[in-house]
Amino acid sequence: MLELPAMAQEKISLEQVRHVARLARLELAPAEEESLRAEMSEMLGYVDKLNELATDKVAPTAQVGESGTPLREDAVTNHAAAEAMLANAPARDGFFFKVPKIIE
Amino acid sequence: MKTDAYEAVIGLEVHAHMLTRSKLFCGCATEFGAPPNHNVCPVCMAMPGVLPVLNRHVVELAIRTGLAAHSEIAPHSVFARKSYFYPDLPKGYQISQYDEPLCRGGYIELAARQDGEPRRIRLVRIHLEEDAGKNIHAESASLVDFNRSGVPLMEIVSEPDLRSPEEAVAYLRELRGILVAVGASDGKMEEGSLRCDVNVSVRPRDATELGARTEIKNLNSFRFVEKAIVYEVNRQIEEIAAGRRIAQETHLWDPEREVTRPMRSKEFANDYRYFPEPDLPPLIVPPDLVEKIKAEMPDLPAQQREKYARDFGLTTYEVSVLLGRNDLGDYFVNVLAQGINAKTAANWIMTEVLRAVNESAQPLEKAAPQPQETGALLRMVEDSRISLNAAKSAFAAMCRSGKGAQATVAELGLAQVSDEAAIAEACDRVLAAEGAKLAEYRAGREKLYGFFVGAVMKAMGGKGNPKVVNEVLRRKLAG
Repeated sequence: MLELPAMAQEKISLEQVRHVARLARLELAPAEEESLRAEMSEMLGYVDKLNELATDKVAPTAQVGESGTPLREDAVTNHAAAEAMLANAPARDGFFFKVPKIIE
Repeated sequence: MKTDAYEAVIGLEVHAHMLTRSKLFCGCATEFGAPPNHNVCPVCMAMPGVLPVLNRHVVELAIRTGLAAHSEIAPHSVFARKSYFYPDLPKGYQISQYDEPLCRGGYIELAARQDGEPRRIRLVRIHLEEDAGKNIHAESASLVDFNRSGVPLMEIVSEPDLRSPEEAVAYLRELRGILVAVGASDGKMEEGSLRCDVNVSVRPRDATELGARTEIKNLNSFRFVEKAIVYEVNRQIEEIAAGRRIAQETHLWDPEREVTRPMRSKEFANDYRYFPEPDLPPLIVPPDLVEKIKAEMPDLPAQQREKYARDFGLTTYEVSVLLGRNDLGDYFVNVLAQGINAKTAANWIMTEVLRAVNESAQPLEKAAPQPQETGALLRMVEDSRISLNAAKSAFAAMCRSGKGAQATVAELGLAQVSDEAAIAEACDRVLAAEGAKLAEYRAGREKLYGFFVGAVMKAMGGKGNPKVVNEVLRRKLAG
């Protein structure tokens, strides 16, 4: 993990913005990097409000309720609807979704 | 391996496609061969607002596998999001299990080789996850098929307990046997039902610390697993011997050139940012479900081997050959169904049938006759209607022509002659022609008996029933 910058209003560094953009395969112009840094810092500042609560004695909770995930029977209930699924595709080739060439 | 000064340290991560009708989190079919994007729905295509619902059968199959591998079945396990971006992953994350998998620990025991003790290969974990879609790279674009997106996978991770390429393959075979026996996977490596990532490092034989390891990705045959490990171990030993350091990196096996080569580091410089899947509450496995599955466990490979040895009076070696492939055990049982002695059937399969398979390089069902026909042929041998040598010729012909046993034996004129009159006639001819030898025999040179048997068989073109030939000949020789 990258260290957070010290300044309170800059909760996120340009470095971190670029790292997250790289993971998301996004290409950002320098001006976009700067504005995203500001926006993301603001969001983190908002979430920071939660730190005002004393949670050090509360176990981390990812889910409420402990009934467990429901299970379904192993049955095929969906039927081929390729046309509907492809309807929103920006590009297609036959029944395939067509995407920019993936370079290995 | 090139030198005894080093020891290989190997761990395997095996991904098994699970034998279910529907996907992990939705009711789409898992069958292969459908046209592209036909087995998809809003859930496995990650449309907004959908929710995953876990397939009960997947959980049961994973518990069965965990029990077979002596794992602890966690009463409480958690799904997590593993985030990365790739065109075949519509959600932008894979639902997997991370720090709280369903099955924890356990081991797989490898049968002892001639010279040693059985080996226990410890498992780290068995967890559930979903498969991604499939990319096809065309000239100017890539094409994506999501039929496989969301198909249930089980990942079985071993500790680095394996010490040689052969041992790694033995482990993989035993694991495959277990997966097939419990019905969790069809075990067909060549069809991609099992994929294997291998972690390899080497260290001086007296060392206790592990060396830096490389990971070899996506090996889909036993042969490739073995070859890739041999290559990688030798490569690492050479690097270390030359005073270089092993980089912790991911390699791909190149089956054409039979080498491993590093992937570009950028491709896997991933930061998966795992966090608990908010759409799925924890998986709670009640103890009575585990007990129920335990009570219904099928025979595992080790138990099957014991049973074959006991019921059919076969040796450990014979059993290991017959059960070493998915298909031979069934073939054997179907040959036995024709009333064939187990030893005879086992010997025939291990020699003639496996030879046919190896020589043709085809799967068993194409390379060898139907087991019923092989059984019928062996029946003729047991009934003395054909000789063992005639059966071998007939079998080779059956493998080539695909014709049945009766037809082939008739066509090649291999049927044995048991008719006493015909045999007596051949004996008379031989004795008449060999008057001098007959006199010697009757004067006490009894070892000439073999000569007469040979002469009669030759006179009958090799088709005389040896038992009847013996009876008639002894009578005639006595005068």
